[in-house]
Amino acid sequence: MVLSETATGTDVSVHSTFASRYVRASLPRFRMPENSIPKEAAYQIINDELMLDGNPRLNLASFVTTWMEPECDKLIMAAINKNYVDMDEYPVTTELQNRCVNMIAHLFNAPLEDGEPAVGVGTVGSSEAIMLAGLAFKRKWQNRRKEQGLPFDKPNIVTGANVQVCWEKFARYFEVELKEVKLRDDYYVMDPELAVEMVDENTICVAAILGSTLNGEFEDVKRLNDLLEQKNKETGWETPIHVDAASGGFIAPFLYPDLVWDFRLPLVKSINVSGHKYGLVYAGIGWSIWRSKEDLPEELIFHINYLGADQPTFTLNFSKGSSQVIAQYYQLIRLGYEGYKNVMENCRDNMLVLKEGLEKTDRFKIVSKDNGVPLVAFTLKDSSHFNEFQVSDFLRRFGWIVPAYTMPPDAQHVTVLRVVIREDFSRTLAERLVLDVQKVLHELELLPARVVSNTTVTPNGEVVDNNVKVKKSELETQREITMVWKKFVMERRKMNEKMNGVC
Amino acid sequence: MVITSAVTDPEEQTQSLHSTFASRYVRDPIPRFKMPEKCIPKDAAYQIINDELMLDGTPRLNLASFVTTWMEPECDKLIMASLNKNYVDMDEYPVTTELQNRCVNMIAHLYHAPIGDDEAAVGVGTVGSSEAIMLAGLAFKRKWQAKRKAEGKPYDKPNIVTGANVQVCWEKFARYFEVELKEVKLTEGYYVMDPVKAVEMVDENTICVAAILGSTLTGEFEDVKLLNELLTKKNKETGWNTPIHVDAASGGFIAPFLYPCLEWDFRLPLVKSINVSGHKYGLVYPGVGWVVWRSKDDLPEELVFHINYLGSDQPTFTLNFSKGSSQIIAQYYQFIRLGTEGYKNIMENCRENARILREGIERTGRFNIISKDVGVPLVAFSLKDSSQHTVFEVSDHLRKFGWIVPAYTMPPDAQHIAVLRVVIREDFSRGLAERLVSDIVKVVDLLDTLPSPLSTKKAHVVAVANNETSEKAKKSALETQKEIALYWKRLVDGKRVGAC
Repeated sequence: MVLSETATGTDVSVHSTFASRYVRASLPRFRMPENSIPKEAAYQIINDELMLDGNPRLNLASFVTTWMEPECDKLIMAAINKNYVDMDEYPVTTELQNRCVNMIAHLFNAPLEDGEPAVGVGTVGSSEAIMLAGLAFKRKWQNRRKEQGLPFDKPNIVTGANVQVCWEKFARYFEVELKEVKLRDDYYVMDPELAVEMVDENTICVAAILGSTLNGEFEDVKRLNDLLEQKNKETGWETPIHVDAASGGFIAPFLYPDLVWDFRLPLVKSINVSGHKYGLVYAGIGWSIWRSKEDLPEELIFHINYLGADQPTFTLNFSKGSSQVIAQYYQLIRLGYEGYKNVMENCRDNMLVLKEGLEKTDRFKIVSKDNGVPLVAFTLKDSSHFNEFQVSDFLRRFGWIVPAYTMPPDAQHVTVLRVVIREDFSRTLAERLVLDVQKVLHELELLPARVVSNTTVTPNGEVVDNNVKVKKSELETQREITMVWKKFVMERRKMNEKMNGVC
Repeated sequence: MVITSAVTDPEEQTQSLHSTFASRYVRDPIPRFKMPEKCIPKDAAYQIINDELMLDGTPRLNLASFVTTWMEPECDKLIMASLNKNYVDMDEYPVTTELQNRCVNMIAHLYHAPIGDDEAAVGVGTVGSSEAIMLAGLAFKRKWQAKRKAEGKPYDKPNIVTGANVQVCWEKFARYFEVELKEVKLTEGYYVMDPVKAVEMVDENTICVAAILGSTLTGEFEDVKLLNELLTKKNKETGWNTPIHVDAASGGFIAPFLYPCLEWDFRLPLVKSINVSGHKYGLVYPGVGWVVWRSKDDLPEELVFHINYLGSDQPTFTLNFSKGSSQIIAQYYQFIRLGTEGYKNIMENCRENARILREGIERTGRFNIISKDVGVPLVAFSLKDSSQHTVFEVSDHLRKFGWIVPAYTMPPDAQHIAVLRVVIREDFSRGLAERLVSDIVKVVDLLDTLPSPLSTKKAHVVAVANNETSEKAKKSALETQKEIALYWKRLVDGKRVGAC
């Protein structure tokens, strides 16, 4: 607590926040300011700047949860000052993590006896979970190769080109080669046959994705398992599978319980899932589950005497907040199996409403499948006049954040828009979005074909400039000017609407 | 939002009327292994979890931790408002991203990074110092590998030189990223890394030397300036250009305010990166750390990813991807709310309260003070005479008063020394310091009346059992009886003091 001093001279603490001099002073950006300011001023300054951030609940780009019940918010605030890693001081919080791990392991049909604790850990997100799983595979593979007296300096991992960036990070930071199975037109996930062909003696694992970032599709893990088992029998390499179920891990067990993708398949040795996606918790929690103790090399686990007691730890992060772990446990017992199923079914229904609405405009081709993560990915049937990036821009003015992006190789010529249906995206919002999409299409059609300059950024960081220049007559130029003013006025109107609207 | 179904079953109807503790939910066993089949009302869920959590320790009485346990209510408001913002969506939340950049700039300038007034600093916000250290280590490893490749020399055996007093995240970095850890052993009375020995251990495969500003064990600051001088000399002889990293997890927000003349940061030319924990003396709740590099050259471009995640180019160099934005905003709040003046006031208060506590403990005449005056405001002390009782017992007994004061043994080669350590955080006021002293006096008096136990609980920094046995006191029937009587007496006296 800062010791307060008596204010001399004009008592600035008397001024209301916006009357004080603090809102006139320019905001510190490069150096820490010399003097303290009152807490109300600090709060107001930051709060006001943050108004210009996007509205999280209208961010249709993200899978990550943006709404939780107020009771859970209470629990989160109460636990915000608990450093999760102090296992000795906060034994109940530690136990809540263990219970979550057990529940998730059972959800994924881990081969455990009744009452046997599962092997797994809570992480800050799927990135950390994947790095831990990858480390375990790398170490197991190295140990096996050392025993066999074979070289172990060139490990690689086989995945699809549709992997999320954390796999590329894992590969680059931990010095593992990434062998990507290229996509093709109309097939935007990893082809199991091509994947198994790429497996060699240096492959530490094959990573399948349940819920591809790009179009929400589930990869055929069962087929991969069958083909890989066959190859393993021939080669004796025992190449395992990891399932990146960051999005799909909390969808498949509830919507598609008969889909076999988890530990029911013998080659699946570890699974990661994001608690903060369809686990329905705020950003900052993921889970990594291993099939059994044997799949997690003991040498990777640290037993430390940090603050006076033995604490086994296998994470990349150390100190972190406890709130999300508690929130995850809250969701698991509050909703139970029934509740999660209800939520996922709602998401799927709303996804269908949106999909049908878009199909009715007859301007879009739907790229996402019905079975998978509840999202709608769509492309323009005809992108000669305007393209998906413009649709995305125009939708932004209505308040919606709908991203547009190009597919990874070898399908870079395909650009998609994608809307993710989260728990808090109700049917009314879906219908409103359809209406706004229609408005945007209408506006874009009225625009004459003009200088279209778009730069697309591909995953490799290349900037591709597509400049299309069209010759303009005077009349066209005049139309364009009129259009610009019209847009201005409409934008103004929309902004006023927004003030009373969703924000 | 869960669509509620109309309750037609009469039994279920009455359930929703019951007050939380009257309902059946508090009678059902708590799910531990499998997800329950059915939903339960949110009040029940809240109550069940809240009640169990009452049995956790009280964070503010946890004197073991450096990590912040109190922030102003205004900041709590900002934190709540940004809980649902995924920090990594840079395009959707540009202001939050800018706040991170401002924090990085401020911290870099605080550490005298050689950048112009308006030049953007090189650094990143992380989840904690562990991630920060791994990123810094990765950068060093990659630079060293590139250098060796260019020289045509082998680059498969990188190593890092630190003191044995390092925090575990360095060992994790070494093990996970396959770098050898060369530790400078401690000696009795010298519990930090000796710069002379460290520089001796440096060889051509050393990717960097890591110095700690604020050792976990005693709070001491290592002599980074001396290390810099010795290493500069050695570099001149060998031409290896071995750099320094400063792990200022604790000390990074203390030294600039309490000891501004202490040279330990980018003022020393060999220091190429520094990490600091925002959630220690940065005065933010757990979950934020910072790493800053001296300049762009010290962060190899190949480690930075440019991705097209949700539609726009986002450069990223972190291990974690999605995470909450709250702590970053809270850090910026603290910077502008307190300013250098405010941080200085708080650190001076902490130092003063540490002094009060230290003097109080010295006055008991039973303890040796191991920590220094200059350093992180904490008091580490050991028993002058540990033949009858050990610091582990003191720690146990203090727990009964509500205090969590850890006891631990030093790392090699000083494993025979066991200490208790109290960390003075912002919210540890003088009143609490005086109360702790009086409780320590009570515990010491209590231990004097107890016979020496048969075995003592041990915990070690290295997982090696320490064979310290205490003498088995032969007890006559009378002594046993006295012991039993004392036990009952204590129960009656009601020694359960409710500090919680």
